[in-house]
Amino acid sequence: MSVQTHIPATAMPSRPAAGIHGTKMVARDVKVFYGAKQALKGINLEIQENRVMALIGPSGCGKSTFLRCLNRMNDTIENCRVEGLIALDGEDVYGKNIDAVQLRARVGMVFQKPNPFPKSIYDNIAYGPRIHGIASHRDEMDEIVQTSLQRAGLWNEVKDRLREPGTGLSGGQQQRLCIARAIAVSPEVILMDEPCSALDPIATAHIEELIDELRENYTIVIVTHNMQQAARVSQKTAFFHLGDMVECDDTEEIFTNPRDERTQGYITGRYG
Amino acid sequence: MQLTVLLIILALLTVIGYQMGRSRAVASVGGRIVELHSVPSYHGFYVALWAGLPALLLFAFWGASEGWLVMQMVLSGLPDRLVNGDAQSLGLLRADILNLAHGVTTGREPDPEVVAAAERYVRLHALGDWSLLVIGCCVAIGGLLYARRRIDPDLRARNRVERTVNIALVICSLVAILTTIGIVLSLLFEAIRFFAVVNPLDFLFGTHWSPQMAMRADQVGSSGSFGAIPLFAGTLLITGIAMAVAVPVGLMAAIFMSEYASPGLRTWLKPILEVLAGIPTVVYGFFAALTMAPFVRDVGNSLGLSVSSESALAAGFVMGVMIIPFVSSLSDDVINAVPQSLRDGSYGLGATKSETIRLVVLPAALPGIVAAIMLAVSRAIGETMIVTMAAGLTANLTANPLDAVTTVTTQIATLLVGDQEFDSPKTLSAFGLGLVLFVVTLTLNMVALRVVQKYREKYD
Repeated sequence: MSVQTHIPATAMPSRPAAGIHGTKMVARDVKVFYGAKQALKGINLEIQENRVMALIGPSGCGKSTFLRCLNRMNDTIENCRVEGLIALDGEDVYGKNIDAVQLRARVGMVFQKPNPFPKSIYDNIAYGPRIHGIASHRDEMDEIVQTSLQRAGLWNEVKDRLREPGTGLSGGQQQRLCIARAIAVSPEVILMDEPCSALDPIATAHIEELIDELRENYTIVIVTHNMQQAARVSQKTAFFHLGDMVECDDTEEIFTNPRDERTQGYITGRYG
Repeated sequence: MQLTVLLIILALLTVIGYQMGRSRAVASVGGRIVELHSVPSYHGFYVALWAGLPALLLFAFWGASEGWLVMQMVLSGLPDRLVNGDAQSLGLLRADILNLAHGVTTGREPDPEVVAAAERYVRLHALGDWSLLVIGCCVAIGGLLYARRRIDPDLRARNRVERTVNIALVICSLVAILTTIGIVLSLLFEAIRFFAVVNPLDFLFGTHWSPQMAMRADQVGSSGSFGAIPLFAGTLLITGIAMAVAVPVGLMAAIFMSEYASPGLRTWLKPILEVLAGIPTVVYGFFAALTMAPFVRDVGNSLGLSVSSESALAAGFVMGVMIIPFVSSLSDDVINAVPQSLRDGSYGLGATKSETIRLVVLPAALPGIVAAIMLAVSRAIGETMIVTMAAGLTANLTANPLDAVTTVTTQIATLLVGDQEFDSPKTLSAFGLGLVLFVVTLTLNMVALRVVQKYREKYD
């Protein structure tokens, strides 16, 4: 995979930006190609600290692709080529100084389908801290596991069976386990790729509450097909269409007063 | 001859029956196929089955009982002085009649009454064949006509045909099971004969193996000693060496192929590795005996060790190479079957590729890998040729891989090669060994199955 940076470093906004919420991540003219096929046609986007950014748009519009650029998960896909600039705290994530492995410890990810490891609940949470050597002894690890599960709102349900396999939980519990697992390595940004699409409404409500609480400590980017969900959990919303970012604004603004005709059409359900 | 004709006629009748059933079903609803309970082809199969099956059953019954029936008829026509003997002379008489009937000369002048009986046997036999042909055709045609008359739009032809197919499937699976049972029983009976001569405890726990028996009273030679421990120890040693080679190499090759190699590389690497599995074991035996064993001996000698020219190490090593593809190919498949989402989850937490493989992919693939290893172990235990050629026949009780050892299968092969009398414990000991080997591999397989199931519950 090759990265070409077209934007001089001076063009990058420096922290802190205007307002209470500083800019956490910036995308400038991001283009992604799968082989010869272009999936993203130059995305410009700013992601603010401690806020939830929702990416909405019809299937195949490139929102998941964009999300996966933010922590370089696209590196694992062959033939995938990323151009443009993506910065985390003003540092180019595709730059020489940043290792994809370290980046992913700072920018965690929760996937569409709950994917707990075939290990115990405890080991699922401890996985990240162990590989990064975060906890130096057992008590510390126990505490990380407990706080991560508490923050993910799963502690009370699983505290008596931490040694049981994580795969034995229900779908919603599994997804909260995956969120707890992501929290355990204390990332700065959490990316969520349709985290509720495989869950029932009650589990979805749980996760949405959780996202709202997590906003205090983390920056969250969430891809969703569910417009109500975007409206409920996010402060900023970006609408993607056919590889373009059509518009990005405060969530309230997008849903009540969209500027672009395509956005209007999508959120009112005329197409998508 | 008549039987071949009958089979051809039966085949023709089923084809005709299929066509008749089909067209009659279509005609019965005037071409409106929707009104049929079953589609026309099921009506066709229905008639074809009725035409073929009863006749085939008759055929099978005839084949099983005809010889006995005809012989009974012939014997009943013989005078009492011939028939009223003990079971042995009766058996002899039967054999005489059969030999004469088939034109085999017995060397002695036969009794004229026996000759007459043999002629009668031949006549009856021919008559039987002809009547089978006639009766078989009648049954087939009768079945065909009966089924054809029953064709009706409401006939549940599909259900009936499918039930018949179902029964056929059950019979086929029974064949496999019954064969296994038959093998076990034949093994068991011979082994019981062996254990009647040799004490099972001496066999299982004896440490000296020397099956040579004196054939005549005045012959100088060993009286036979059947302690199987050295054989099982040898098997264990060679299998251990083979697994020590095959498991690490095969597993690492599998990890490379599934995780690191590009798809292009993998598509030609995997078949090449699998070629190893296609090489006949005799060829591996050459390699072990002519290349590996001398090599091991020379290296050992240069290090000041005494190595026999037929060593367990050489045989075990070559056997290990032989089973690498079993481990690698099966492991590669199970590693590939680990969902990509697990890998993504691990990468998403900032794990490196090797951490992901070690901590997520391999544990998730463990049941399959264990199964692959167990398969390789049973393959190694059962392997005969390489050991025969490279490790020798000396039944040493040793844990030293540089010594010559022998294995259970190799001994079985040598015990049964050539002309053997089946009342000597030497020959029968092969069945004792086979039985124990069977029990061992069966236990191994069952343990492996349990292990796999236990982990599967945990990891799915």
